[in-house]
Amino acid sequence: MDCRLTVAQTNPALGNVGRNLEEHVAQIEAARRGGSQVIVFPELSLTGYFLKDQTAEVALSIESREFARLAELSRDISIAVGFVERSDDGRIYNSVAFLEDGAVAHVHRKVHLVTYGMFDEMREFAAGDCFATFRSRHGRFGLLVCEDAWHVSSGYQHFLAGADALIITSCSPGRGVDGGARELASERTWRTLLEAYGLLFQTWVVYSNRVGWEDGVFFWGGSRVIDPFGAQCARLAGLEPGRLDVRLTSDALRRARVATPLRRDSRPDLLARALDRQCDGRNA
Amino acid sequence: MSPLDIHPPLVEQLLVQFLREELASAGFSRAVLGISGGVDSALVAALCARALGPDNVLGVMMPYRTSNPDSEGHARLLASSLGIATRKVEISGMADGYLGAHGIDDRMRRGNVMARCRMIVLYDLSVEWKGLVVGTSNKTEVLLGYSTQWGDSASALNPIGDLYKHQIYQLSRHMGVPSAILDKAPSADLFEGQTDEGELGFSYADADRLLHHMVDLRMSERELVDAGFDVDFARRIAARIAATQFKRVMPLIAKLSQRTVNQDFRYLRDWGR
Repeated sequence: MDCRLTVAQTNPALGNVGRNLEEHVAQIEAARRGGSQVIVFPELSLTGYFLKDQTAEVALSIESREFARLAELSRDISIAVGFVERSDDGRIYNSVAFLEDGAVAHVHRKVHLVTYGMFDEMREFAAGDCFATFRSRHGRFGLLVCEDAWHVSSGYQHFLAGADALIITSCSPGRGVDGGARELASERTWRTLLEAYGLLFQTWVVYSNRVGWEDGVFFWGGSRVIDPFGAQCARLAGLEPGRLDVRLTSDALRRARVATPLRRDSRPDLLARALDRQCDGRNA
Repeated sequence: MSPLDIHPPLVEQLLVQFLREELASAGFSRAVLGISGGVDSALVAALCARALGPDNVLGVMMPYRTSNPDSEGHARLLASSLGIATRKVEISGMADGYLGAHGIDDRMRRGNVMARCRMIVLYDLSVEWKGLVVGTSNKTEVLLGYSTQWGDSASALNPIGDLYKHQIYQLSRHMGVPSAILDKAPSADLFEGQTDEGELGFSYADADRLLHHMVDLRMSERELVDAGFDVDFARRIAARIAATQFKRVMPLIAKLSQRTVNQDFRYLRDWGR
């Protein structure tokens, strides 16, 4: 892995795929001109987040002309984009697609749909059913969408599969201003989570969170990159759109993994046995 | 430090952005609000002036003939400190046209009529000013239902509806609201000598602390008692919140068809912007 990557922290217009696609094209072209080889957009970057009944109305197939346009652009730069996916069998997913060399190289469908508090994703979406890494021309990537990352089993599966970089896209609403804190509670928890992922899974962690307001709810941005030692190496300021350019190297991966060989010493066999017992217990 | 404390620069930045972005998504760049001379509307006026520029904010003073003259004085003091435009619209004529003609003496009914007269003025001036009506109800009064439905609670958007009274004061001090406004007892000024705390029967400090534990921290009655709250006070507030839920929702629609507004016809207000 050795690539120049751009995180695009955007503010999508709610339900306006046409306008958002134009913004994607502009961001992609700017990143390409700047020498980036990969660009990462936030969760649901083509549609906005609180779609409710708009969800089905803005769903896209990866065979759509919108994707044909993105695929064309991906000949020069790899692109991770968030969208509402309509699958061949008519189900609707909260998905992120990775496009490269003129085609869709991989799609991850959000597994852990958030349905509590202010969220209602299980009402709108079908859940994905796997975490799979894929090999890009720039290295092995694992994709996670927001709440996926709150389940450590998601990151662990990508870790076992040898991901060099985790791309985590999100629409994280900002909340928690009490206790006199200078930082939002939501940013505090995400920072802890992302740094722990870098530290425990020894991968690059690329976090792309959107900004902007939807009906009084704001998304706090703060997109960042964590290195394989768990240290934050680049961060965009919160609340405003922007682009973050970073370089991901295999040198850092090698050094982190030699210093502390966590994957070599991991014991997925023990986990598998524990899971077998757990599942047996549940079935009994 | 109180657990309710905020970091004012962070909250200011968020609310300024909220006003700019949500007004823009509705196609507006100007705001109109009632300025009563009290702290809530003073804070909202200051936030609007910061977000939109003082020239784009209209503060409307709407005294009734029995209103305390200090209220208008404080409203003028605020407006001149911010440099926002002002308008004075006496509501005595319109309110008395109804109240007097129908001999309405009940204090609550009179207060509600005055609050709704002010709403009529603001929504009318919003057309002339080409701005949206910005609300001035704080979280404490929203939860307690201490407002007139479709009166002072009516607005297009409200930057301070998720801030408790304690936090309103903190942010107001940070925003430079004049001390004459910060230091006086909160009052709806609907009748002579009225104060919020006198009418509610408890202090904002006590209400804020209880509401924060009950609503934000989701503590049960047992946990509240363990945390030192008076059980009768906790029950009284819980009952008040439930009894005033109607003020926090849109009117009920009888569902008859396959698709009913607000039931299974669900779109954000920002839809189509």
